[in-house]
Amino acid sequence: MLLEYFHMIDRVLALDLAGQTIRAECRVPETSPVFEGHFPGHPILPGVLMIESMAQAGGWLLLARSGFENAAFLAQVKAAKMRDFVTPSQILLADVALQHEGSGYAVASGRLSRGDKLVAEASLTFRVMRFPNETMRTQMQAVARRIGIPGAPADA
Amino acid sequence: MTSSTFETVAGIISETCDIPREKITPQSHVINDLGVDSLDFLDVAFAIDKAFGIKMPLEQWTQEVNAGKVSSDRYFVLSGLCANIDSLVAAKAA
Repeated sequence: MLLEYFHMIDRVLALDLAGQTIRAECRVPETSPVFEGHFPGHPILPGVLMIESMAQAGGWLLLARSGFENAAFLAQVKAAKMRDFVTPSQILLADVALQHEGSGYAVASGRLSRGDKLVAEASLTFRVMRFPNETMRTQMQAVARRIGIPGAPADA
Repeated sequence: MTSSTFETVAGIISETCDIPREKITPQSHVINDLGVDSLDFLDVAFAIDKAFGIKMPLEQWTQEVNAGKVSSDRYFVLSGLCANIDSLVAAKAA
């Protein structure tokens, strides 16, 4: 993870397009400017970044399901629970399961865990639409290759 | 539009958007009369899709309205919305 760049996902461990699930690994950095303020002397991963980690995993699932033609934007978070502190250098797993893929939107459930301990969970709603521009599309496809999403388009 | 479709949809809108059920009639425009915004409508759409086992083509409807091809009444007045839901359910069953 590079928190200050909102890089939450380090690599995708499993992607099941038919089963509509994804599992991604998030390695919390040892140091980050974020920890300087959150909190001095007690560095913990902000809850909003736990939610963001699940949202990004869900976003990649939706991108992959669209053949990397659509972007997904977080629109709603429900029932978010942060169940435990996450501290520097810990390794997290973000598991997201698609509940419903509608027309222009999708609903998914996210779970963030450390080992067998659930640290966060949320219901996530996304708006799904064509990439707003070519720059975003090519950059997101490059990230998809970097984090190892199966089926990511090759470099142009 | 079947009365059961209207009752189901009105119940969904009432519960999801916290609108008194008695304010919702077949002539109500979801956006203009009931004040449902686009984010709340995602919840409504999700609940309708799930309740009827369909996928409302919201993107297509929105494009048609934005292009001026049809009035928004066709898709967003309750009677029209419910008629479209009935058609989608019938098409799925066929």
